Amino acid sequence: MSEDLYNIEKDLLLEGIYRLYGYDFREYAEESLRRRIKKAMAREGVESVSAFQDMILHDVKCMERFVGNLAIHVTSMFRDPDFYLTFRNRVVPLLRTYPFVRIWIAGCSSGEEVFSTAIVLSESGIYDRCRIYATDISDAVLKRAKEGIFPLNSMKEYTRNYLMAGGEGEFSSYYTAKYDHAIFRPSLLKNVTFAQHNLTSDASFNEFNVIFCRNVMIYFTRTLQERVLKLFDESLCRLGILGLGKKESLKYSASEGLYEELVDAQRLYRRLP
Amino acid sequence: MDTVLRNMNCEVTPPIVLVLHRTLGSGTALKNLLDRHLPRVVTEPDDKEPLKANTFYLAPAGYHLLVDKEGFHLSTDEPVCHSRPSIDVLFESAAHAFKDRALGVILTGASADGAEGAAQIVEQGGEVLVQDPETAENPALPKATIKRLEKQARVMSLVEIGRKIANGSASKRRLK
Repeated sequence: MSEDLYNIEKDLLLEGIYRLYGYDFREYAEESLRRRIKKAMAREGVESVSAFQDMILHDVKCMERFVGNLAIHVTSMFRDPDFYLTFRNRVVPLLRTYPFVRIWIAGCSSGEEVFSTAIVLSESGIYDRCRIYATDISDAVLKRAKEGIFPLNSMKEYTRNYLMAGGEGEFSSYYTAKYDHAIFRPSLLKNVTFAQHNLTSDASFNEFNVIFCRNVMIYFTRTLQERVLKLFDESLCRLGILGLGKKESLKYSASEGLYEELVDAQRLYRRLP
Repeated sequence: MDTVLRNMNCEVTPPIVLVLHRTLGSGTALKNLLDRHLPRVVTEPDDKEPLKANTFYLAPAGYHLLVDKEGFHLSTDEPVCHSRPSIDVLFESAAHAFKDRALGVILTGASADGAEGAAQIVEQGGEVLVQDPETAENPALPKATIKRLEKQARVMSLVEIGRKIANGSASKRRLK
């Protein structure tokens, strides 16, 4: 596929998706998007981007599959345990000073981060005063996250991460094993609301004490990232905490001056007043 | 890699990007090891970090590293040939972003991860140097690359690879 032709077809595809479905992928990072489009085309059995466009515009299930796959990240519970350890030791004490805490997990994908956060809050004794809003672009992925079912053979890794993140209990007490699956305690989701939200186009919907958006903005161009960071600026309360992924940084963003880093390189930032 | 670098005698180098297959928990040990052996400091780039000359970059563990005109991008998509970071992923992005200015270098490796990416670089007008499999600790990757590239693979010794990189023009990316 020649370069120029790919770019033309890709632009048409994204424009068509935006105009029909309202999902705006036009400012997603070029190269990672290219890989994902190619993979989707292979999955759907089409040879050209134009053929893919034809399918996606005429078959909403194809669109749902595409969006669902964009939302999946290969991740684990307590990914980057240091982050959660810092959250437990440095952020939770700050949260204790509030009678009521709102947390937004933006781009929650299949829910690993939601359960990890819920467990930390529960062990810290502040779960009951927290409300967690877990949003993602894909309804299908949200549905999966709500089920709280994960492969049983992932539990070894998750347990290791949990302990490194300062876990104080028995990780196995948080789930029941059934066949090849671990089903996590529904009580962990008691104060969690799952909702569809599109970071590229939707506005701010509340004010939060904590926003996590980890390894989501890596798929955006810098321009889009700036817009999303601005959305977070507007959604954080005074001295609110923003948590990013391990290799994400505010260093290349206009928002850098608005935050101070709580702990060096842990990607937890506090909004300056 | 030592041999390549010893023969890369030049004052100014283009940005050099390294992908080594590594596990998630490998921490800073690998980076520290490289710091001691490389002429300049090694950076594990953050997402959106720009590429700079005279700098060595190492793909961080657990992420795919991609490049485009803005700089580095990271991805947490599934592993390629069981590898994340994957050479294929980096090479393919470099092929599209830099076309004939991309230089890919394939050294010893145990899987075919890298062969397809090398093909992309060549397809987009760039060049690929491959370590002679006879001299490689693990010849699987060089062999797979040669097979994939057919006549377009430039097979040479490590010494020659180092010299070739030094003689090259600006803005080439060297990748393992």
